[in-house]
Amino acid sequence: MAKTDTKAHAIERYGLSDEQLLQMLRNMLMQRQLDNRGFQLNRQGKVPFALGSEGHEALQAGAAMAFHRGKDLLAPYYRDLGLALGIGLTPFEIMLSIFARADDHNGGRQFPNHYSSKAAGLLSFSSILAAHIPHAVGAAYAIQYRGEHGRAVLATCGDGTTSEGEWHESMNFAAIHRLPLVMLVENNEWAISTPLHKQMAQPEIWKRAAGYGMPGRRCNGFDPIETYGAVSAALERARSGGGPTLLEGMCYRFLAHSTDDNDMTYRTKEEVAEHRKMDPVPRFEAALTELGVIDAAGIDAMKKDVLRETNEATDKAEALPYPAPSDLYTHLYEGAWQPWQ
Amino acid sequence: MAVSTTSSTVMNNVEAVRATLYEAMKNDDRTIILGEDVGARGNVFLITKDFINEFGDRRVIDTPIAEASIVGIAVGMAMEGLRPIAEIQFADFIYPAFNQIVGEAAKTRYRSNGEYTCPLVIRTPYGGGVRGALSHSVSIEALFYHVPGLKIVAPAFPADVKGLLNAAIDDPDPVIFLEHKKTYRLIKGEVPDGHYTIPLGKANVLKEGTQLTVVSYGLYVHWALDAAKQLEAEGHSVEVIDLRSIRPMDKTAILSSVEKTRKLLIIHEDNKFGGVGAEISAMVAEEALFSLDAPIRRLAAPDVPAMGYAEPLEHEYMSSPAKMAEAMRALVAF
Repeated sequence: MAKTDTKAHAIERYGLSDEQLLQMLRNMLMQRQLDNRGFQLNRQGKVPFALGSEGHEALQAGAAMAFHRGKDLLAPYYRDLGLALGIGLTPFEIMLSIFARADDHNGGRQFPNHYSSKAAGLLSFSSILAAHIPHAVGAAYAIQYRGEHGRAVLATCGDGTTSEGEWHESMNFAAIHRLPLVMLVENNEWAISTPLHKQMAQPEIWKRAAGYGMPGRRCNGFDPIETYGAVSAALERARSGGGPTLLEGMCYRFLAHSTDDNDMTYRTKEEVAEHRKMDPVPRFEAALTELGVIDAAGIDAMKKDVLRETNEATDKAEALPYPAPSDLYTHLYEGAWQPWQ
Repeated sequence: MAVSTTSSTVMNNVEAVRATLYEAMKNDDRTIILGEDVGARGNVFLITKDFINEFGDRRVIDTPIAEASIVGIAVGMAMEGLRPIAEIQFADFIYPAFNQIVGEAAKTRYRSNGEYTCPLVIRTPYGGGVRGALSHSVSIEALFYHVPGLKIVAPAFPADVKGLLNAAIDDPDPVIFLEHKKTYRLIKGEVPDGHYTIPLGKANVLKEGTQLTVVSYGLYVHWALDAAKQLEAEGHSVEVIDLRSIRPMDKTAILSSVEKTRKLLIIHEDNKFGGVGAEISAMVAEEALFSLDAPIRRLAAPDVPAMGYAEPLEHEYMSSPAKMAEAMRALVAF
């Protein structure tokens, strides 16, 4: 890709237009606003649980921009709000999930942030870590088997998930069959309370790619443009028959694991504060300002618009009904069902 | 059973599985077989012998030795429009795939509120009597029949193997298809030609009788029939029901028989404690207690992990036509 020189100095843009860069910024601001809203609603006693992906915003906004809507499939995990938004889910859909309303894709059955949308190409997943990675591999196999060139599967997980056997089995199988798969590991350094050094002796996850016989690469997940470049190249490789890639995006989990976690029991305020200096949201605001893509007034207007949309989505979702008690019994199998016939 | 032709062929159970899989591969190119040694080796029982030559290695996948992902990848294929038939080489090896079966396949439709489905068949040889020792002989149905979202089938006869496997392959939800390996070559029978299905959840009354109902499935169905015939020779009338499906299970067939005979013996190879017989017993106690003239009796495996390799250990673990006849006599006389 040609570098586009603007204003102060060269920033590699990987062909991203101003409009795309602004979409990425809006995605990041929306992630932060919706995360915040989930935690607020929990503290207000309106929802029993919320999860946040603060610190992952840039990584996810960049990765989502590389996703081809209507073509690619996404197999995400529960800390992927920005990916879900970035491939087309709306804040309203996210709020339906947070409020566990009947109109939620999962019908209010799953925890919040367990995104699912067949229309968007987003594969349903559970809370069981790495269980979705073989599904991504199976879906990639189906794409390859049907000869659907130009399609690929983007699978994501955290660093913690890479310890699971199913993760390893999936990487191995994907490499054997040169499947159209990109495995993006969002390394935020923490598996709930377990730091990286207790998860693995060799902390550079991307290096495992060599062991599977696929390319591996690490990117700065605090930089959405760099992440876009890495994911875009890997997806393009997968779409064109080049096989799978293991990517590791470096980020950090600014919040506790969930509203039920107290991260001060295992890490310090100082550590979190130190990483806050890398906060991708103000960094990207500054980068786009420097590029001349937006100015302070524009950012302020965008934040107001994000808050407006979040408020509207919140109110609209909250006003909708829960699933009916009788909905407990639907969609177990096709058709009516009793274990006794 | 909807049979499209009156002609038939004599097959054993292994041939019936093979013929049915072959038909499925021929008829629908969404059908993919994946498992350990299913390709060039043609499966350890030669069920898929030569399939790889005819259908290619994209449809007959020799997987790495990794059961969790055999099932997990099949789940992903099923979610994305294929019709995978995953093989677990021996039922004893299914434990690493437990999460994918129970946590994922069984819940795919439910957790997505019907947006995603998981039309998947997991075939696996199970059961003992073949000197299979602790890890090539187990029955696994009780571990899975507890799980909403799954269907479980365990046919005993070649014609049922074909009809039920066809139904399992056509089914839009995950089905565990259990093949008793002692019956693979031991049991032969007429198998109707052409495509037909037998609905999941329908038991089969193999032998009518008036004094006692015997409910079983798998290899023990054959032994129970032998024992019932022995009782017949002694002047007693025993009804034998082959469950065929374990989830869903045919309550109607069990209750209508028990209400007639007023006595119930449940026989299975799996462990007694928490086994399929426990659920049947509870159901009959709830629904037909006052039809019973004797306590419900279960003849099932002792509370040990599995049968030992040494012949006396296998023999002690397993039932036999003689032990079954003894249990039948005791109940008839009660």
